[in-house]
Amino acid sequence: MSSIHDDKIKKIEEKANEIRQDLIKSLLEAKSGHSAGPLGFIDVLSTLYFHVLKYDPKNPNWEDRDKLFVSHGHIAPAIYAVMAHAGYFPVEELMTLRKLGSRLQGHPHRESLPGLESSSGPLGQGLSQAIGAALAAKLDGKRNRIYACLSDGEHDEGQTWEAALFAAKYKLNNLTAILDRNNIQIDGYTEDVMPLDSLALKYESFGWHVLEVDGHNIGDIADACEFAKSVYEKPVMIIAHTIPGKGVDFMEFKFEWHGKPPNKEEAKASLDQLRTLGGKIKSEHE
Amino acid sequence: MINEKMHLVEDLFGEGLKAVPTRNGFGEGLVNAGKKNKNVVALCADLTDSTRISYFQKEFPARYFEVGVAEQNMAGIAAGMAVAGKVPFISSYGVFSPGRNWDQIRVSICYNNANVKIAGAHTGISVGPDGATHQALEDMAITRCLPGLVVIAPCDSIETKKATEAVAEHKGPVYMRFARENDTVFTTEETPFEIGKANLLKDGSDVAVVACGPLVYKALVAAKELEKDGISVAVLNNHTISPMDKNAVLDLAKKTNAVVTVEEHQINGGMGSAVAEILSRNYPVPVEMVGMQNSFGESGEPKELLEKYGMSVDGIKMAVKKVLERKK
Repeated sequence: MSSIHDDKIKKIEEKANEIRQDLIKSLLEAKSGHSAGPLGFIDVLSTLYFHVLKYDPKNPNWEDRDKLFVSHGHIAPAIYAVMAHAGYFPVEELMTLRKLGSRLQGHPHRESLPGLESSSGPLGQGLSQAIGAALAAKLDGKRNRIYACLSDGEHDEGQTWEAALFAAKYKLNNLTAILDRNNIQIDGYTEDVMPLDSLALKYESFGWHVLEVDGHNIGDIADACEFAKSVYEKPVMIIAHTIPGKGVDFMEFKFEWHGKPPNKEEAKASLDQLRTLGGKIKSEHE
Repeated sequence: MINEKMHLVEDLFGEGLKAVPTRNGFGEGLVNAGKKNKNVVALCADLTDSTRISYFQKEFPARYFEVGVAEQNMAGIAAGMAVAGKVPFISSYGVFSPGRNWDQIRVSICYNNANVKIAGAHTGISVGPDGATHQALEDMAITRCLPGLVVIAPCDSIETKKATEAVAEHKGPVYMRFARENDTVFTTEETPFEIGKANLLKDGSDVAVVACGPLVYKALVAAKELEKDGISVAVLNNHTISPMDKNAVLDLAKKTNAVVTVEEHQINGGMGSAVAEILSRNYPVPVEMVGMQNSFGESGEPKELLEKYGMSVDGIKMAVKKVLERKK
């Protein structure tokens, strides 16, 4: 049985499409930043913000909120776009991305933007912080859940594995981690730079409960997050297989799009594709 | 003249003074902080006994977390706990934390403004026989440059206890360093301690010795011996390296016009460098620096090492005489 209704899935899909368009616009305006990773993780982030997480954008420090730690801070444009649509700040503010004085720093800065649980960018640091929040929640007897999002590339970092060992030792059943398995990093495909497979077997052998999902299937992501709550003795790792650049055909699967923004023509082509759902419908826009 | 307001031990240069490792004061202070505030928690990276965080573990087992030999993870977990309202103390040797987890301290802790307290044990050349790998001599340089991070090097076990309690109350990240060996206890419970406020232990008019850590006592002994040569030496216990008590340093410099800095740390980037930064921009005077002169340490007995590398009473006296020459 699904944990989410079909009409809600459809709404989240539509929202994710809208968010992808805002993301492209903000990257064009910023003239720098990452494209492929953010596009690839928007379905997961949208499912989290519009179905899974308990939070109040008007009271971002609400004590009993669920907490999301995004470790791969370079997908900041995606985090910001989703947070804007979730009500943390006006969508127009996305156009200040990476500009002087903006709350939307090139990589997330917790002190700048209410609603962010951590500052991130240097890879490998997010899971440890999420673990700290999970331990604190347990000490305080809280029922909220802690979520950590990790990239695959940051599994080159030793700290990620230090954290994996620790979470299993302390049986952090209030912690759900989601691995953005898009198979690219700056220097190329992950399996060429530093082979990671099988991440599922690695985490299982580290003492985690592992689930694998299509990272663009809203229903599957929602179900996995719901199932994770029922695993009592272990932390849960959801490996979300994602397509970098998802939604824009000339960016999809291309590690070359890891760290650059679209130019004007590329942005227009991207928006055309997103507005027409890849040519399936006619766009009313220019 | 010894400053009576500092309430140092009565027989300051007597034979019978106690000697206790400063890290013991950390263990005791942390237990007191834990009793006062239930949000104080402790984490350690496989060095529970030698960092003395074992005192806290014994008293509050449910608030103690063993991380294993994983200093980066420890710093990150502490940051996450701090943001959730806990007051985490993390402990290891200074060479490992902040040595091995500097980026985690920079981003997860300082950039997040996370209320984490970093306790670095076994700092200085006096770590002794373990050799250069385990003698933290660069920890103050790599921490005092981080925005918002308070850096403290207490002078004896009593001051370390007070500093630990003050640090637990302070909102914001702190790095504290301790020594391994038995060091002379020369302050008392009545001696004042305030983060960021240096203590003028002895006044003097010819040279100002600005010191931190257990070498402060050696500076006092050197000052006393120099009185016999007719040299009047002031001694400042400059326990807070960042933010430094700028006024205390400048007042003494203006009075003496010659400064000697004393620390168990590389002279490049340490407490002395911070003093020189203040003086060069406000009131330039000749400065001599007692500390590691840009080399690694080695194995040996603490006393032998301090003598070989110039961080002894004689080393301080020589530096005072040298700076006096330059003053003329």
